[in-house]
Amino acid sequence: MTTTGPARTTGAVAPVVAPMLELRGVRAAYDSIDVLHGIDLVVPAGQVIALLGPNGAGKTTTLKVASGLHPAAAGDVFIAGRRVNGARADELACRGLCLVPEGRGVFPNLTVRENLWVMTYAGRSRSEIEEAAYARFPVLAERRHQHAGTLSGGEQQMLAMARGLATDPALLILDELSMGLAPLVVEQLYGLVADVAAEGVSILVVEQFARVVLGVASRAAVMVAGHIVHEGLPAEIEATLSESYLGAGETEH
Amino acid sequence: MALLDIQEITVRFGGHTALSNVSLAAEPGEITGLIGPNGAGKTTLFNVVSGLQQPGEGQVLIDGTDVTRLRPSRRARLGLARTFQRLEMFTMLSVRENIRVAADIHKGWARTKVDPAAQVDQILERVGLSELADLRVTKLSTGQGRLVELGRALACEPKVLLLDEPASGQDESETERFAALLRELAAEGLAVVLVEHDVPLVMRECHRINVLDFGKLIASGTPDEIQSNAEVLEAYLGSPAATP
Amino acid sequence: METFLVYTFIGLTTAAIYAVIASGLVLTYTTTGVFNFAHGAIGMLAAFAYWQMHEAWHWPTLVAVLVDLLVLGPLLGLFLERVIMRGLGGTSEATKLVVSISLLVAMIGLANVLWNPDVGRTVYPFFNGRKIRLGPTALSYHQLITIIVAILVALGLRLLLTRSRLGVTMRAVVDDPALTQLNGAHPTRVAQFSWAIGCSLAALGGVLVVSSTVLNASGLALLIVNAYAAAIFGRLRSLPLTFVGAIILGLADGYLRGYLPQNDYLTALPLAAPAILLFIVLLAMPNRRLRTHVRTREYFPAPTVRGAVLFCIVVLLGGLMMATTMSTIDLPTYSQLFAIGIIALSLVPLVGFAGQISLCQLSFAGIGAVCMAHVGINGNPLGFVVAILVCGVVGALVALPALRLQGIYLALATAAFAVFLDQWVFHLPDFDVGPIHLGSTTVVPHIMHFSTFSLGSVNVSTVKLFGYNVITPTAQMVLATVLFVICFAIVCFIRRSRFGRRLLAMRDSEAACATFGLDLLGTRLSVFAMSAAMAGLGGALYGTQLTAVTPDRFNFVAGLPIFMMVVVGGAGFASAGLFAGVSLNALLPFMTTVFNSFGKYQLILTGGVGIGLGREPSGAAPQIATGFIALREDLPVIVSMLCLMVVTWAGRLINLYPNWPMLIALFVIFVGAVAIASRRRLVARGIARAAVTGAAAADVEEVPLEWVGVTVPWTPELLAKTEQVLGLGSVTYEAVGAATIRRGGAS
Repeated sequence: MTTTGPARTTGAVAPVVAPMLELRGVRAAYDSIDVLHGIDLVVPAGQVIALLGPNGAGKTTTLKVASGLHPAAAGDVFIAGRRVNGARADELACRGLCLVPEGRGVFPNLTVRENLWVMTYAGRSRSEIEEAAYARFPVLAERRHQHAGTLSGGEQQMLAMARGLATDPALLILDELSMGLAPLVVEQLYGLVADVAAEGVSILVVEQFARVVLGVASRAAVMVAGHIVHEGLPAEIEATLSESYLGAGETEH
Repeated sequence: MALLDIQEITVRFGGHTALSNVSLAAEPGEITGLIGPNGAGKTTLFNVVSGLQQPGEGQVLIDGTDVTRLRPSRRARLGLARTFQRLEMFTMLSVRENIRVAADIHKGWARTKVDPAAQVDQILERVGLSELADLRVTKLSTGQGRLVELGRALACEPKVLLLDEPASGQDESETERFAALLRELAAEGLAVVLVEHDVPLVMRECHRINVLDFGKLIASGTPDEIQSNAEVLEAYLGSPAATP
Repeated sequence: METFLVYTFIGLTTAAIYAVIASGLVLTYTTTGVFNFAHGAIGMLAAFAYWQMHEAWHWPTLVAVLVDLLVLGPLLGLFLERVIMRGLGGTSEATKLVVSISLLVAMIGLANVLWNPDVGRTVYPFFNGRKIRLGPTALSYHQLITIIVAILVALGLRLLLTRSRLGVTMRAVVDDPALTQLNGAHPTRVAQFSWAIGCSLAALGGVLVVSSTVLNASGLALLIVNAYAAAIFGRLRSLPLTFVGAIILGLADGYLRGYLPQNDYLTALPLAAPAILLFIVLLAMPNRRLRTHVRTREYFPAPTVRGAVLFCIVVLLGGLMMATTMSTIDLPTYSQLFAIGIIALSLVPLVGFAGQISLCQLSFAGIGAVCMAHVGINGNPLGFVVAILVCGVVGALVALPALRLQGIYLALATAAFAVFLDQWVFHLPDFDVGPIHLGSTTVVPHIMHFSTFSLGSVNVSTVKLFGYNVITPTAQMVLATVLFVICFAIVCFIRRSRFGRRLLAMRDSEAACATFGLDLLGTRLSVFAMSAAMAGLGGALYGTQLTAVTPDRFNFVAGLPIFMMVVVGGAGFASAGLFAGVSLNALLPFMTTVFNSFGKYQLILTGGVGIGLGREPSGAAPQIATGFIALREDLPVIVSMLCLMVVTWAGRLINLYPNWPMLIALFVIFVGAVAIASRRRLVARGIARAAVTGAAAADVEEVPLEWVGVTVPWTPELLAKTEQVLGLGSVTYEAVGAATIRRGGAS
């Protein structure tokens, strides 16, 4: 399974044993305010890594740095073994990295179909992308002429993921997939993440609702205040969670 | 009776319900906590209370007066003050001038005989910014910026104080100092409402805690009650099942 | 019926042109966030280019049109995007606005240089104006083509935006630029494309509009401004609504021309109608939310008392020097710099402190001049007072509806007011109002006689102050200087006052101010009224200097360079007022006397300076100030400099030498003073630094080693020394670090 991940990539990302994504000592700041204080994070090819932590810990910033939306103040970002510091987000997107951002990663005033068309920059044709998306999410085919803003929250999130998956990415980054969604829908979506992972795509998931994502992750890291404070197998991480989130570690024992 | 009384507030943005039927109260002399995951509607509730957002339904009472239809400035004159999650400092001005603006505005409507300059000096001392007083606020760290906002709010001599994530961006010692100041303010009879992600801080300092999730109030009680509440844990950590 | 049809066709043709232009504007605004005031000027340049190719070089119509639309328009768009607009991220609305207004001014200047404005140029309609019969009336081919083109543009844009990937991406950018980039779209390419299409549409509008008028650069650029009302009708977002707005505007224009009774009062009204409609449409905009903090790059610190006083002394001295040494022919020209300076100063509290925008400041000045003309008869100084009061009230009245607006909308509303005044009100003959009775109550008891420019020009008499008639050019210059210095001091005082801090606070966050209990409405009204009053005073003074004033002195376009120069000078600094006055009314006339042809390039240069603002958003004043910072802080040098200058001036007064040597000497003294002051500063700093480093070196020697790490931080030198003393040559940093960790683990 680990070898299929890199093999699926387009062009620039060569089939190597190197991790799909690696952050080494990454620091980042907004204006003069430091947000990340040296993050080391590895997403091995074909695995699902969960990045957890309370609000304001810097999870989203970490993803922004990884995907080229925000510059790293120090440290290096490697994708499939190549250093990509300073690459623009659209360049990385065309080379097989797909970030589904926090909130709804859709254009609300575009129809479902038009939302999929915007994805053609990575090289696939309109009809290929539409076919792939509708095959995975039949509900989207029914709604193809509807404006994305009028879809339900779960459908919007499906559209966002569909758009990402339709281009056959090597690395999928999901930010707060569950935000504002009912628990049942969240479970469905994560079932889907597990399916995608089984196909060999490397996935980095950021999530506040830790428990649901620990079910699908192979390893997990917990971030607090710009540092990674725990790293390990899901079961190990789960034990530390309520302390990291609620500071309730002692009372629970 | 409660100084701040929020009754059955509902807010909708388009089809999305940001707050549904939320009621809570803040008593004088107490620190009331308001926690919840991202997007639960905490800041929206503060905006409703301070008048920056009109609620679809429900009322807000300050010291027994219904202020639901009043402009933000009117509410301030009834003794409400707040800070902002995204800092709203006056970037052209120094720390001292930032607080002075608030003190001058307060003097204008409260018609007090207080000398605003002396009042500002006192506040600077109190929030611990005396040494940075003449620095332009853009030179400050976020944590120090939080103190400037708190200082400005205090310059209005409020009865109800809403603090939106005051500890984010502060380091440990700053938070410690800040917590002490909060206790002091509550002891003086202010009703303090605290939205904060630093849950340990909230657990330590608050007398009562309210938990928002998806715009609904899911729990309300003492810190001990909240920490052992299964629904709260689920709101924060998600449901435990879901292994596919 | 026949006339109705005729005017309907005229109206629809106008509508078609407005629609084409407005849709280009909306396209660039939504995808790039820059409202291009020069959009109309691009159409104007295209119209001239069309004339050049078609009428002067006799190219076939179709070739000329295609070159305009497919080559010149897109190239201009790409150029604008690359050179000017890309650097505007993170600047305030005022800065963005100034850059595009400067572009407008520069383009008018460029057209005047390339195509001598004194030569009349006409472009003949397509097919030489031939017509087709259409029932009882006839429609010219040109009208028909215009209407068809507009329909094609509408269809084409619809296809582009819903069927092509680039078009869909452009709409995606409006929704979420970052997400578009995550999808692999190149953000700059999208911006370039929308600039190219936008400019091409402006060019198309320009080509279509020319057949109906004689080519005139500023006239064309502004005629096209009318199309902005249509764009606002679509809230700068919706293209279909923009087309609807264009049709309403065009038909209103056609019918007003056809059916408005012809008399002195109403003939000019159709010219102002788009402005009035624009104002109405703006008022119908939904209520905005309170402004919260937006990060901008500008910074305007408060002036020190010493700095302000020094500035006042220098300006007074300069004014006196000019008054005593210049010829009576030059003096009236140069004294205007202070009148314009006061009008410019009036923008400082409004734009610089409060972050509001007004493009009608010169119109207030016009009202001030009219008050002076009618009240200040025979030199009655009451004219100044009335000018100040009337303008204050009018300012508040304009502000009241406009207060709900901000940024570009506020700019457009004030621009509409300026156009409304200069196209219609300033061209009204005298009229009487009253007595008015409402039921039994009398609202206006007497006949009130109103008069603006009485259909031409009005005379403003020179003012009599304390029995002294300020009639000689010298006296005028002194009066102007004194009034300017007073206004300057007022603005400095405001910046340091409670009111000024409040304005700066409101500029950053209205929401925060409201939560302190501030009455936002009252504060905004008072700054508008105050600023309008100061502009009125400037206008009144300007009037006494001109003696006979005409409305075109106060028109919308004439006011743009003042606004530009204030922002360029640094809108939050009172000195920007002098900067604007000097650069517009002293430097430009001076350069023109030196180089004869300079006048031709003046607009291009003014515009160019404004365009450069994008690079340094805080304006020129702080840069000039840092250049002289050493001088400003060095009182002995300043005093000696001023003394030397006064001596030089005295020499000129007793006719030892003429003006030129004096000017040169003054310049040399000034440059010398700056040089000496910087030298002294360097030396002083050098001594201070030497003292500091000396003390540090002494520390290393004197600190007892036991105290190192406690009173003095560890340095490699100290560590080496410690090791040497203790005989622990092998201890390294790593070992020390490891030891600490192990200890931490054991405890």
